[in-house]
Amino acid sequence: MLEVSDIHSFYDKSHVLMGVSLEVRDGELVTLLGRNGAGKTTTLKSIMGVVPPRSGRISFAGTEMTKMKSFQIARRGLCLVPEQRDIFSILTVEENLQIAKNKNSPWGIPDVYKLFPKLNERRQNPGNNLSGGEQQMLAIARALVNGPKLLILDEPTEGLAPVIVQEIVAILKDIKNTGIPVLLVEQNINVCEKLADRHYVLEQGRVVYSGTQEEFAANKAVKDRYLALQTN
Amino acid sequence: MTLYLFQVLNGLGLGMIYFLIAVGLSIIFGLLNFVNFAHGAFFLLGSYFCYQVVALTGNFWLSLLIAPVIVGAIAWFAESNLLNRVYNLPHAFQILITLGMALVIQESAIMVWGTVGKNIAVPDLLQGIVQMGDFAYPIYRLFVISFSAVIALLLWLLLERTRFGALVRAGSENTEMVSLLGVNIFKLFSITFGLGATLAGLAGVLAAPLRGADPFMGAEILGIAFVVVVIGGMGSFTGALVGGLLVGLVQSIMSSLWPPGVHLMIYGSMALVILIRPYGLFGRA
Ligand SMILES: Nc1ncnc2c1ncn2[C@@H]1O[C@H](COP(=O)(O)OP(=O)(O)O)[C@@H](O)[C@H]1O
Ligand SMILES: [Mg+2]
Repeated sequence: MLEVSDIHSFYDKSHVLMGVSLEVRDGELVTLLGRNGAGKTTTLKSIMGVVPPRSGRISFAGTEMTKMKSFQIARRGLCLVPEQRDIFSILTVEENLQIAKNKNSPWGIPDVYKLFPKLNERRQNPGNNLSGGEQQMLAIARALVNGPKLLILDEPTEGLAPVIVQEIVAILKDIKNTGIPVLLVEQNINVCEKLADRHYVLEQGRVVYSGTQEEFAANKAVKDRYLALQTN
Repeated sequence: MTLYLFQVLNGLGLGMIYFLIAVGLSIIFGLLNFVNFAHGAFFLLGSYFCYQVVALTGNFWLSLLIAPVIVGAIAWFAESNLLNRVYNLPHAFQILITLGMALVIQESAIMVWGTVGKNIAVPDLLQGIVQMGDFAYPIYRLFVISFSAVIALLLWLLLERTRFGALVRAGSENTEMVSLLGVNIFKLFSITFGLGATLAGLAGVLAAPLRGADPFMGAEILGIAFVVVVIGGMGSFTGALVGGLLVGLVQSIMSSLWPPGVHLMIYGSMALVILIRPYGLFGRA
């Protein structure tokens, strides 16, 4: 499905990604792990064309996307739930969903309200009235109505209360079960191990480890070496 | 008393024309993040196209229909062939290009229509006055107020009740996220720029029978539009409406009370608003 091969990305002169390669296959949930500043967000932004890589290739479903603009990449079904959530604060919940709505999506607006009943209660509230958890739910709901063929999430549980984290994990499981592949950046290893088929670990702009969930679970050394352990 | 009513109505008409210009300037700034220095020139074009259509056909209504559309088309063309080449450069370049557009339009107007102003007659249907008791008021000015009010309502519905409007508001907050939803943000820029220019052109047509057309009207109105937008708040529809009406009323009432103080009062109220609310009455930080 998604193939990233040897991409190099920069912020101005600062060289952040130094040859990242990864792959997400049909129906898979893959996580991208690594410490703060490792380059996870930059990898996602490169895939989405927000920080276009200066070299390397990215393709999705057999189509080369390296030279495409963000909106063209998004139209091919790559939906990003960004780290900052980026809910439109002056738009209501309903409007946030309406501008994202894509008639080819299997999820309509009523479907995501069923998935997130809290959003239904808040549908006429502006985005800046939502709690952190509600914003995250809206960001995921917005991606779903946008018709994802690959869902990409950047730390969706960051800063949220444990109950809400559980709720989001359950939703991600449901989404995975519909067969849509997911690329997930996450610091919470518990969450990752519950959901993922495979893992990549990024360190200073390079992939330093990749393995299946079974391999990763058994490999304490990788976790000790590259990840700030969070086992709550 | 009737003198004040007269001035208040004049102020409303003037204010609605200011609103039509300022709202486009404000929306363009909100979404595209630069001040469009060509906005006054679009107003000027509206007035001259009105003059030209009336001179050729004698039909003001035709000019009301087509002049704003032509102005919008010119702006759309300039945006998608000039401005869109510099969106990856600092905003100073975008401002410079709109300033260049303003000068080209103004000088072209002088070449085509000369430096002497042109008069445009009030259309037959709207000539004369309405008489209410001992109060008389020109029909055309009432038409300007009510027609602009209808346009303002339609524009409000467009911005607040349609997907296009929601995209403009969303884009004013975060263009990158709008692109990530699969929206061609550059197309949204073009449409918005064209829409703003169309409104300025419409204001130019409505103002033509009141003040005529001259090559320097663009620069003059741009100054007032800045004041309106600063008072109302950049990017705000309500701000442009309230700011436009405020400036129109102040200008009209002051010109009967104390004519030399008109500009003092206008800039004074702007300074006051900046002191109390630096982002304008309806602006956001
Ligand atoms: N907008 C930016 N401009 C310059 N440097 C940046 C920017 N965003 C991130 N960086 C740098 O790029 C590196 C990778 O950042 P990021 O991809 O956000 O890491 P992660 O998501 O893994 O925490 C860091 O060193 C960070 O300081
Ligand atoms: Mg990050």
